[in-house]
Amino acid sequence: MFLINCPFCGEREQSEFKAGGEAHIKRPKQPTELSDDEWAEFLFMRKNIKGVQFERWNHAHGCRKWFNIVRDTSNDQIKAVYKMGEKPPVK
Amino acid sequence: MSKNLRFKSSKQVDETYRISFKFNNKTYYGYKGDTLASALLANDIHLVGRSFKYHRPRGIMTAGSEEPNAIIQLHDNTSRTEPNVRATEIEIYEGLVASSQNCWPSVNFDIGGINNILSPILPAGFYYKTFMWPKSFWEKYEYFIRKSAGLGKSPKEADPDIYEHKYIHCDVLIIGAGISGIMAAKISAKNGLKTLLVDEKSFLGGSTIYDNSEFSKINNQITSSWLEKEINEISKLENLEIKTRTSVAAFHGYNFLLARENLTDHLPIDQRENKIRHRLLKIRAKKVISATGAIERPLIFDNNDRPGILLSSAIKKYIDLYGVACGENNILFTNNDTAYETALSMVQRGIKVNAIIDNREDIDSKLSYEAEKNNIRIFKGYTVVDTYGYKRINGLSIMELSKDGQKVIGKKIRLSCDSLGVSGGWTPAVHLFTQSGGKLKFREDDQVFIPNKYPSDQLSIGSCNGDFSLEEITTNTVSSVKKFLNVNNTDYKTFEIITGINKSKRNIWLLPSDKILGKTKSFVDFQNDATAKDIKLALREGFRSIEHVKRYTTTGMGTDQGKLGNMHALGIISETAGTKMGEHGTTTFRPPYTPLTFGTIVGRNVGEFFDIIRRTPIHDWHVENNAKFENVGQWKRAWYYPKANENMHQAVQRESKAARDCAGILDASTLGKIDIQGTDASEFLNRVYTNAWSKLAIGKCRYGLMLNEDGMVYDDGVTTRLDENHYIMTTTTGGAANVLGKLEDYLQTEWPELDVYLSSVTDHYATISVCGPHSKKIISKVIPDLDFSDEKFPHMSFKNTKIGQVKCRVMRISFTGEQSYEINIQSNYGKSVWEKCMEEGKDFNITPYGTETMHLLRAEKGFIIVGQDTDATMTPIDLQMDWIVSKKKYDFIGKRSLYRSDTIKDDRKQLVGLLTENPEEVLEEGAQIVADIKKSPIEMLGHVTSSYYSPNLNKSIALGVVKGGKKMIGQKLIIPMENKNINVTVADPVFLDKEGERLNAKL
Repeated sequence: MFLINCPFCGEREQSEFKAGGEAHIKRPKQPTELSDDEWAEFLFMRKNIKGVQFERWNHAHGCRKWFNIVRDTSNDQIKAVYKMGEKPPVK
Repeated sequence: MSKNLRFKSSKQVDETYRISFKFNNKTYYGYKGDTLASALLANDIHLVGRSFKYHRPRGIMTAGSEEPNAIIQLHDNTSRTEPNVRATEIEIYEGLVASSQNCWPSVNFDIGGINNILSPILPAGFYYKTFMWPKSFWEKYEYFIRKSAGLGKSPKEADPDIYEHKYIHCDVLIIGAGISGIMAAKISAKNGLKTLLVDEKSFLGGSTIYDNSEFSKINNQITSSWLEKEINEISKLENLEIKTRTSVAAFHGYNFLLARENLTDHLPIDQRENKIRHRLLKIRAKKVISATGAIERPLIFDNNDRPGILLSSAIKKYIDLYGVACGENNILFTNNDTAYETALSMVQRGIKVNAIIDNREDIDSKLSYEAEKNNIRIFKGYTVVDTYGYKRINGLSIMELSKDGQKVIGKKIRLSCDSLGVSGGWTPAVHLFTQSGGKLKFREDDQVFIPNKYPSDQLSIGSCNGDFSLEEITTNTVSSVKKFLNVNNTDYKTFEIITGINKSKRNIWLLPSDKILGKTKSFVDFQNDATAKDIKLALREGFRSIEHVKRYTTTGMGTDQGKLGNMHALGIISETAGTKMGEHGTTTFRPPYTPLTFGTIVGRNVGEFFDIIRRTPIHDWHVENNAKFENVGQWKRAWYYPKANENMHQAVQRESKAARDCAGILDASTLGKIDIQGTDASEFLNRVYTNAWSKLAIGKCRYGLMLNEDGMVYDDGVTTRLDENHYIMTTTTGGAANVLGKLEDYLQTEWPELDVYLSSVTDHYATISVCGPHSKKIISKVIPDLDFSDEKFPHMSFKNTKIGQVKCRVMRISFTGEQSYEINIQSNYGKSVWEKCMEEGKDFNITPYGTETMHLLRAEKGFIIVGQDTDATMTPIDLQMDWIVSKKKYDFIGKRSLYRSDTIKDDRKQLVGLLTENPEEVLEEGAQIVADIKKSPIEMLGHVTSSYYSPNLNKSIALGVVKGGKKMIGQKLIIPMENKNINVTVADPVFLDKEGERLNAKL
């Protein structure tokens, strides 16, 4: 069980959080303009990388805030935590 | 009369404290400090169980948690009985009752022993190969196979003991209190670090604490004495906590570890009352030091499993720690020097050592000279080729090894013995290290896997790191711990070490025999009866991956997790396949290191503490009025209120009829309520619901449907506009938390520019729904000041009002199709307002109804329940709810998905009504719907989602989803059941009052 440094509350145990999948997938501004394929790309396609991945997490049993983390999925090391709307601090 | 093999008191065993215990219905005696294994051995009992597959007699083999054979059933009391307990780990107590497992009728005469004779036809994969055809017979075979398999018996009653969980945070956790763990603890604690030292045993010091030999000294003191002084010193250190009988079960990432602290298992039964049995420690350590030691390897030769064959180190421990001899005529078989320590321990106590068989041709150590001096015969360059004796070893034969160690040569020599100690060298206990994600490397010199890459802030020291000699242990422990903890000062200066051990070793994974392999039984995994032959067979049949060989042969899959034999399995595989050790990797060590009881895992979270129970403010009234309850998520909801002799069906029929004919009252407090405020609240609702919200007037209510981005229905409910920028949304009972989560997600991540604030107010309000033709009369008596005329208070509107001095909200909304009012009032007034409604409704036959009647009433109206009539594959169009999907809105969650190629198909499953040919026949929910039963396989068109007998329509009604159902109105379909086929007609899903006239009670 890893520890996540919530940008609002500080370091807490993983069990307080809920994972929200891949980060930086922006909901299209004009979905109606998209073809089926383009919409499917947004709706279904996720990377699920073994290695460094950008993820959304929610402090569900805490401040209820959403934020992003950069996590190496092969060893669960968290490289960075940053707020929604901010640029990832690492590549 | 059994012999007494206890020869001398020891520090561990208190001979003034005699304890009686029962094993296989016979009473024996031991002393305080004994394990069940040491006490049995003192009574000359080796045979304690039968093996899993061949039912071969098996004896105690080790003196620790790696024990594969001596696993017993503890307690005969049915609620406390525990299977697969290792006799080597149980400390005896007054009243202990244990018995052998996996044997019938007894361990001495076991019918399953026939498998041993049949063993030539029971190779690896036997069950897989034999019982697979004809395919349909597996179920019949399985019953008999399962009956003869299995180790112990599980208890049949609830566990009466108390367990708990505890969190511990520390700077340094040290696992294992052997010599290196003790030294590390001293360095850590003396440098001001908050340190926790745990050990699975009841005593500190590991195997060094009974290293009493003259040949082993530290700074001119006998090693055990030196360590005793160290232990005395650290036990006084303030920032060091020591926990014995504490076994680390799991080492997870981020230095999070689980350990089981055993608090009462060693106490007499009558002293355990009201005490916590096990405590599961959840440890967060900044740094972890593993000092888990090493496990001695057995040797793999023909018939290496007989009772009386033990690890050499176990024999030494029984002698030096417990004062128990394992036999009167001993032989040792080794490939390294450590067995000589055992031999000398025996000599010192006057126990006969008949011979030492050593694989090595050249032996050059002080210990071996000392052994020779004591007239012990040493057979150099020899191997054991067979052993004799069925229930106890009584002899063995040896032969000389060829130079390359591949063959045996010369004449067979037969020797007699009643105990054989084997030593195949040592395997570092890296289980916890690898659990944490650590990577191993293979050290060719002595053929061991040792820690290589640490995944977290941790260190392995001592023999679990491959440091086996006293010099290495002492010197390396100090230097590596200092570096790891980043400290400079220790009390340790230099070590003057005297040791008799020479490191030389001749490693042969599978010892050669004079017989062909097929005729031998050289056990690699003792518990699962996997032999060297089985492993070679697996390789011949094409298995290559160690993980596959493991599963095919079941090597390493017992309760001991292959702590003894895994290395040999790997060795035999790499030798046979001609690959290098380490190339195949090792099998994965998974938690727990030693088994945990379920009680330990769940702790206090049992019974009423298993999950949160949510009760409405009106709950007590329901209880007082004989309601039956239904679990909806964590909520307890009133299900129905049976009168006198009513069953559920009768109660629901009565309640349903009353609600339509007179008046009904429902506790709807469990519905999720979300308070929505902000200047963009209307825009927000526009985006999350499928219909339009901007034009909803203040004081009006509207039903809304919420989709997922994939277009599937997610939740529904009525939302009321309280003010310009203020709404209250209701959600389904079960969906409340998820809806709030989803809305927050969109607000925070996709639309942070919107000025909207959400808060859950579910628990703040009690919700009382009064429906039926008399509802208006009742409610106007409860709230006399409010104008309830249809003009002033029409359907789908709300009023702020007061009951007495208490503010409340009244919504005129309906889930039953009847005229209906919903009072929302501060929770603590809920019960009294409910009672007031009951009082005022008495003359109108007001009838409380539960969730079952609510479901029936809404089904009559064809109203869906999200999660019952939908299952995350239904769009609003599939539900025939096109009317609620706005065509004008540019976007809302899920809109684009409603015209994906898949969602616009005509033959999607669509919601329809179903009427049975026989109106008395009520369908089963979940039943399949088909058109043609002659076709094979029968094509499934859909299933029944809701089904009731309607007392208001006097017929059976049902909702279901059917492929292309919308176009099938009037068509006949079939519901095939076990004994009959039921004919149904597809109908409109609205069965009652399609025009909605009842909403205004115009009957």
